[in-house]
Amino acid sequence: MSENSFAIYARGLSKRYGRSWALAGVDLCVEAGRALVVAGRNGSGKSTLLRLLAGSLRPDQGELRIFGDERRKGRAALVAHAAFLYETLTGLENLQVVARFLHKPSGRADLEPLLDRVGLAKRGDDPVQSYSAGMRKRLSIARALLQDAPIVLLDEPYGQIDPPGFAWIDALIGQLRAQGKTVVLASHQVERLAGLCDRALLLESGRAVWSGSAAELPAAFARLEGQRRERMAG
Amino acid sequence: MDTHLPAYSPKAVKRAWLALAGALGLLAIGTTNGLFVAPPEHYMGDVYRILYIHVPTAWNAMLALTFAFFSALAFLWKNDWAWDARLEAFVETGVLLSLLLCVQGSIWAKPTWGVWWDWDPRLTTTAVMLVAFVGILALRHFVDDPRRRAVWSAVATIVAYASVPIVYFSVQWWNSLHQLQSSPKTVDAVMVTPLRINAFGMLLLLLAFSSLRSQLARRRLARELAPPPAAASLALGGEG
Amino acid sequence: MNQVIAALRKELLLGWRGRAQAMAVIVFGSTLLLLLSFAVGPNATALRQLSGGFLWVSLLFASTLSLAESFRQEREQRALEGLLLLGAHPAALFYGKALANWLQLFVVGAALVPVMIVLYDPGLSGIGRLLGVLALGTAALSAPGTLHAGLAAQVRAQQVLLPLLLFPLMVPVLIASVRASSLLLLGDPMGQAASWALLLVACNGIFWPLCGLLFGYVIEE
Repeated sequence: MSENSFAIYARGLSKRYGRSWALAGVDLCVEAGRALVVAGRNGSGKSTLLRLLAGSLRPDQGELRIFGDERRKGRAALVAHAAFLYETLTGLENLQVVARFLHKPSGRADLEPLLDRVGLAKRGDDPVQSYSAGMRKRLSIARALLQDAPIVLLDEPYGQIDPPGFAWIDALIGQLRAQGKTVVLASHQVERLAGLCDRALLLESGRAVWSGSAAELPAAFARLEGQRRERMAG
Repeated sequence: MDTHLPAYSPKAVKRAWLALAGALGLLAIGTTNGLFVAPPEHYMGDVYRILYIHVPTAWNAMLALTFAFFSALAFLWKNDWAWDARLEAFVETGVLLSLLLCVQGSIWAKPTWGVWWDWDPRLTTTAVMLVAFVGILALRHFVDDPRRRAVWSAVATIVAYASVPIVYFSVQWWNSLHQLQSSPKTVDAVMVTPLRINAFGMLLLLLAFSSLRSQLARRRLARELAPPPAAASLALGGEG
Repeated sequence: MNQVIAALRKELLLGWRGRAQAMAVIVFGSTLLLLLSFAVGPNATALRQLSGGFLWVSLLFASTLSLAESFRQEREQRALEGLLLLGAHPAALFYGKALANWLQLFVVGAALVPVMIVLYDPGLSGIGRLLGVLALGTAALSAPGTLHAGLAAQVRAQQVLLPLLLFPLMVPVLIASVRASSLLLLGDPMGQAASWALLLVACNGIFWPLCGLLFGYVIEE
């Protein structure tokens, strides 16, 4: 396969914050319609990788193509730690702002089904500053669904969501995959995602230390933790 | 992504030191001429002799900021880090020369008009540009990420430089009591020669300082932009 | 163009939600007007002469608050970054924001005019044209103000940096606005106010296209 036929193609991808490298020389290929889970500890570079893929960071080194093109903005929907929301606007108004920029219908009737889908139908007219962290996350997901980009990037999809909502996230990932979206997730939940994704990438200190099929991820993750314990002990 | 990594060039440093020596030589000749050979001026007597250093400073201060402006444009256009190093050098030398110019202007204004500051459009524009570009140096100081530092200071430099003409005209209209611009043609040839020598001396000084400063900036950039260190032995195997 | 309208609608909505903030800016500007008169002393003639200058200095100082505020909301949850990721054009975001800031600064300025009239008692004959000068002056303040506020919002020392970068550029705008306002308030026998207004038009002609062009560089990562 040539590098241009991948949904995501990265080679030697590196990103620096000040003097330290958050991501150093990561290679990555994701075919269209596949789902990739990126695992690793906090600070291993997962979020940086997703922000690079979305286009909110510029790589310091390396090559990155989305569907064979270096242009990234507008081609991937990102659900990140920062919710991309205006605190003083209501949930509905936040979605209206997004819809207007996308030249999509932005009436109340057009957006209420979406609010309902993420379980915020009753809170749509409350300002975001009154929302809990979980509700912000749900609204942020609604925002990404509205964008309807061919690639969906979910940073810690289970974060801030209470355990009863986990199954809802699982179903959401399934729906996105059924729609033919390319999905990239960054998460600690290796056991849970092993069954939901095709491929897996394990990051440690900004480097890719393992990649393989998602089913083998829990074992690889355990091996990495084992190595770490040995180093700590030795 | 980023095209060129800047390289430190010992050759350029050697050239800069030669230029510096030439600059000091020219300035010594020009200033000796201006102080001892040129006759005293009809109205101002010996006070006018500060012009031999003041006018070359003024020309070169403006020249340095003009170079900074073009470096900023070139950086945004070409994405070449060498232009960021030059931008830093020219902004700093421009600030230095503008500061000198304001000090010399005050020294001249006191015996001539009896005040330390005269709201002459050229001098006032220089003072405004001085604070504007000091602000840009402060911006560079506060931003650690080299890419952001380069882009943002280039943007600020372009906007500041683009406002030079309107600053000048607004001050000129605001204070329409000022002397006409002196051009070398209206002055005696004996008086003009040292001015020209000093102008070239100052130009060489500007180029020497800027070149040394930009080499210093290149060294820092090369450190900041160094590629990530080679991978430690973390690999777990797997399919790769 | 559609995106500029989308951006402007967003800004107006945010501005309306944050109108308490705009009120606070007006109060701050009024306080400045009051304080500046203490620098002169209770000399009615001198105060009247300086009223135009006081108005613009107060407005300039107050403007840094509302300009910085317009980017605080964008930074809180990285909302501006979110809009860029949708593929929104940086220039559209800039013009939406700069137009909204212009409106807000004009409202603040218009609210300061009666305060100035009460405190310094200048003539009332040129008030209509004064509002025209206010519109031109705040426009010339808004475009570079929006650009530099966007830049400063991303830097550690933003409170210092915004005035440090912005105020030197505002020298011609300040001179032209103050001269034009003073002439309108105190009498303009030579009809010079128009040429100062023309200088403000020239400032706008330089700043609005240039800053819109450069804003993309400021907000790219």
